[in-house]
Amino acid sequence: MTLKTALASATILAACMFGSAHAADLTVGFSQIGSESGWRAAETTLTKQQAESRGIDLKFADAQQKQENQIKALRSFIAQGVDAILVAPVVATGWDDVLTEAKDAEIPVILLDRTVDSSEDLYMTAVTSDLVHEGNVAGKWLVDTVAGKPCNVVELQGTTGSSPAIDRKKGFEEALAGNDNLKIIRSQTGDFTRTKGKEVMESFLKAEDGGKNICALYAHNDDMAVGAIQAIKEAGLKPGTDILVVSIDAVPDIFQAMAAGEANATVELTPNMAGPAFDALAAFQKDGTLPPKWIQTESKLYTQADDPMKVYEEKKGLGY
Amino acid sequence: MPGNTFGSDDIILSATGIDKVFPGAKALNKVNFQLARGEVHALLGENGAGKSTLVKCITGAYRRDGGRLVLDGADIDPRDTFEAQRLGIGTVYQEVNLLPNLTVAENLFLGRQPKRFGLVDAREMNRRAETLLAGYDLDVDVRAELSSCSVAVQQVVAIARAVDLSGKVLILDEPTASLDAHEVEMLFSIVRRLKAQGLGIVFITHFLEQVYAICDRITVLRNGQLVGTREAAALPRRELIAMMLGRELGDEIKAVARADAAEGPVRYRFAGYGRKGHIEPFDLEVRKGEVVGIAGLLGSGRTETAEILFGAEKADSGTAEIDGKPAELTSPRAAIRHRFGFCPEDRKVDGIVGDLSVRENIALALQARRGWARPIPRAEQDRLADQYIKALDIRTTDREKPIRLLSGGNQQKAILARWLATNPEFLILDEPTRGIDVGAHAEIIRLIENLCEQGMSLIVISSELDELVAYSRRVIVLRDRAHVSELVGDAVTTAHIVEAIAAGEKQGAA
Amino acid sequence: MNALKPHLIRLLPQFAVLIAVVALISLAFPDFLKLQIQNGRVYGSLIDVLNRGAPVALLAIGMTIVIATRGIDLSVGAVMAICGAVAAASITSGHSLVYTLALALSVGMLCGLWNGILVAVLDIQPIIATLVLMVAGRGIAQLITEGAILTFNDPGLIFIGSGSFLGLPMPVVIWLVFGIAVTLLVRRTALGMLVEALGINRRASTLSGVSTGVLLIAAYVLSGLCAAIAGIIAAADIRGADANNAGLWLELDAILAVVVGGNSLLGGRFSIAASLLGALIIQSINTGILLSGFPPEFNLIIKAAIIVLILVIQSPRIRDLATLFGRADSAEASVKQEAK
Repeated sequence: MTLKTALASATILAACMFGSAHAADLTVGFSQIGSESGWRAAETTLTKQQAESRGIDLKFADAQQKQENQIKALRSFIAQGVDAILVAPVVATGWDDVLTEAKDAEIPVILLDRTVDSSEDLYMTAVTSDLVHEGNVAGKWLVDTVAGKPCNVVELQGTTGSSPAIDRKKGFEEALAGNDNLKIIRSQTGDFTRTKGKEVMESFLKAEDGGKNICALYAHNDDMAVGAIQAIKEAGLKPGTDILVVSIDAVPDIFQAMAAGEANATVELTPNMAGPAFDALAAFQKDGTLPPKWIQTESKLYTQADDPMKVYEEKKGLGY
Repeated sequence: MPGNTFGSDDIILSATGIDKVFPGAKALNKVNFQLARGEVHALLGENGAGKSTLVKCITGAYRRDGGRLVLDGADIDPRDTFEAQRLGIGTVYQEVNLLPNLTVAENLFLGRQPKRFGLVDAREMNRRAETLLAGYDLDVDVRAELSSCSVAVQQVVAIARAVDLSGKVLILDEPTASLDAHEVEMLFSIVRRLKAQGLGIVFITHFLEQVYAICDRITVLRNGQLVGTREAAALPRRELIAMMLGRELGDEIKAVARADAAEGPVRYRFAGYGRKGHIEPFDLEVRKGEVVGIAGLLGSGRTETAEILFGAEKADSGTAEIDGKPAELTSPRAAIRHRFGFCPEDRKVDGIVGDLSVRENIALALQARRGWARPIPRAEQDRLADQYIKALDIRTTDREKPIRLLSGGNQQKAILARWLATNPEFLILDEPTRGIDVGAHAEIIRLIENLCEQGMSLIVISSELDELVAYSRRVIVLRDRAHVSELVGDAVTTAHIVEAIAAGEKQGAA
Repeated sequence: MNALKPHLIRLLPQFAVLIAVVALISLAFPDFLKLQIQNGRVYGSLIDVLNRGAPVALLAIGMTIVIATRGIDLSVGAVMAICGAVAAASITSGHSLVYTLALALSVGMLCGLWNGILVAVLDIQPIIATLVLMVAGRGIAQLITEGAILTFNDPGLIFIGSGSFLGLPMPVVIWLVFGIAVTLLVRRTALGMLVEALGINRRASTLSGVSTGVLLIAAYVLSGLCAAIAGIIAAADIRGADANNAGLWLELDAILAVVVGGNSLLGGRFSIAASLLGALIIQSINTGILLSGFPPEFNLIIKAAIIVLILVIQSPRIRDLATLFGRADSAEASVKQEAK
């Protein structure tokens, strides 16, 4: 405990000394949840890159999945008098006090990637992706690609009851509504993992006449799609040709599969939440323009036509 | 029935023609048993004779397969012990079956606590408990946790509860096994008082002296059959033993000619051997073909001596020599390599491997010595098991029966067989005859003598001084975790042993 | 032949349950029993059951022995993740397949050694001792993979996950061979009996000269080895080491397999074959649920309901009832015999 405190104060001290020497226009504190997934590691990397390219002095704090650590980090940022605070909240509740302290200190707070249950006037804006919209983009792609031909779709859901699973399913079904040629014939959870994605796909293939009855696969994340692609190959079918594969997240491995013609499309959940956040901050600093309370990130669609190998090389280094 | 002084009106409980069959064995065969008001009736027999089974049939723990139970003139058929209790038959076992973490009063009134406004009225309960126990001349704090009382007091509390609940018949199943002489006397005075109140009391025990001290009549069972019911006063002890064993025992314990027992060379020499907190350093020499007895009160360091000799506890001082060569006895494995064997005092905890078969239990030590990679072939295991089941007369339906289902004496014999199978040269027996019936008792004593004659060295720990004196050439007396005295040859008598133990007591007091 | 009979009787309930579960699934999905040859390998749902059941089956082998010693190993899921990560890291940094496998298996046994020392030498309760590695292990695996799914393309390693031998998927071949090997090891030597004695009464076994400490450690090392093999298979199957999800909760499935196999959690008598049947029963239920087309919200409820049913059928009370109707074997009945 004392060691931790000592280290923390040393860090703050060092940060202050360097901070004064630095020619940065802005000092921004960033409280990250942790590094529980590749996507979050990429978000951290990209946030640091974005800050550097804009000449922003970024103070980074890893909360290791604990809200108390995040609140401590925020208080320390406030004490240092940073110009703004970015926070990816680990949970939705319990933020009122510390956000009020930030507001009293007139430090704008921007939420990244997740939102909180506090009153909207306690933070400047929230930058998040729209999960329903992601499912919608994937669905639209499929509708356009099959162009009216009859097509049986199997769906690999995320962890049952999780909000990405619910929303990505909802968005996809909305996009398919009114297109009677497309039918979701089987839907089962693959827990967002490759192993379960593969296992469940194997059962889909068995249940649907060795896969001859399946025209497309929609997976709630790329990892399940990667597992399912292996199952399709082992069943003697060609993924991407015999069975279309569309998924969400745009992690590097799916681009390899697209380059090999085994996956068809993926919808990006961008790890670059910081870019739009910094843009909004710059506008606010310049002439006091207040951004909207919710900035939706782009859910970009990638297909085999988008030079997947090049994207793979770009994404590979982000820490996915 | 000859000698029956009780009239038929006095009979409170009558069991006639009781049958009980277990798969593969007839446990009770048309057994008759009659209990009168105001009598103490001993139920005797060797382990496996059917005493417990008969009691369980009476108390509803088992469903009988045939026969009639009449209590106080009415036919009864209790489905479980609760029903029997309600009808008037209470039972107290050797292991007190009360709740040690509750108070004395709570134990007395468990399940029928006096209530006030729907809550337990503790004050009323304690008051009633005091009244109840006052009738037993027992002066204890009824608010104290039961576990803080001595076993004897717990036993009395159990009896008080049973009598208060039932009030017609009281069955005492080995109630004195863990009591000292003084406590036994206290228990007996209570039994006499209950007897005077007109209760019918069934008394099961292994201690024949106690039978004669308190019982009016004796019923003997053997192999599930009734041998007979007799007046205690008219039944000589030898005859009783003959009834129980179905044969004459000769001298119950015959004195061996121990004078000529080996003046040969010392094989095992322990010098300054000890372990802090367990046993003070001691010197001990054991010759080939010699039995060395160890005597002392409970807690005097008897078991500790055995454990340190066998390596179950490491010695932290002294040296061990075998045939003049230094030996490291740092673990049971090491001791076994030197052909040691050890039958521990607490069979259930330290001895038997309950779920394994009799065969596997017998083969265990030999197998452990051979190592896992050289299994004893199954045929060889079968042969070993059969050989010892026959040689030691281990009563079991077959060698594949889990050993926990055997009676105490037979378990003890199987543990002995486990060691004999390893061809030991030095055998340590800790209380080999505790808690087993008269027949097995005599057999084990005979076995000890035979082994000794064959040239084995033995250390026997026993609180039965008569036995120790009978087979030991030398006796070591322990007190306060130290060896205090050694008696040799003709000096080995019970009187001398008691004197040696008592000498220390006096010194301690001075 | 006669010597085999008691073993077969021991496995009877598990066989009966497995057949019942398979029959139930084929009622709902007739193609379940269909097998065909495709690309030189047998293909069908039954093969999927054997194949997908491989990790739990392997874990159940080690778990059976650990439970027989009256212990439990909660760390196997995490050890799977560690060993999968080690294998992936080793093969991607250019080491040979043999080196990679040897390394991963050694790491698994090292994890088992750690557990064994905590239990046997330091005398920590097994559930606590192995909880340490269960919690820490996944973190260690994440350190090795640096938080990402570490993918690889080595054909040799991939073959272990999705190759085939004599028409059977490699994972199936591996767990069958390993299961038979361990069974022979414990039953053709005295190990089985010594482990049972240790589990029933450790002190009595020690006093009889059994090296209980060494045996205990060996049991956990075996469990670690099983977890390592399972971890390699799981990683090879998806061509990547997923530190977050590999083997997640599988320790519980392995314990369940041992219990469904009719082994007592209190240690003592054990049967590896019964545990393997237990693993197949669990996997049949999993696969059956996937084939059934029920919404995923029902998965866990259906699985729980079937397992509760199986455990109820196996419970001593129900067995007693069966005895009344004269169907139980004599070995069970003789337990009730207590003539004193």
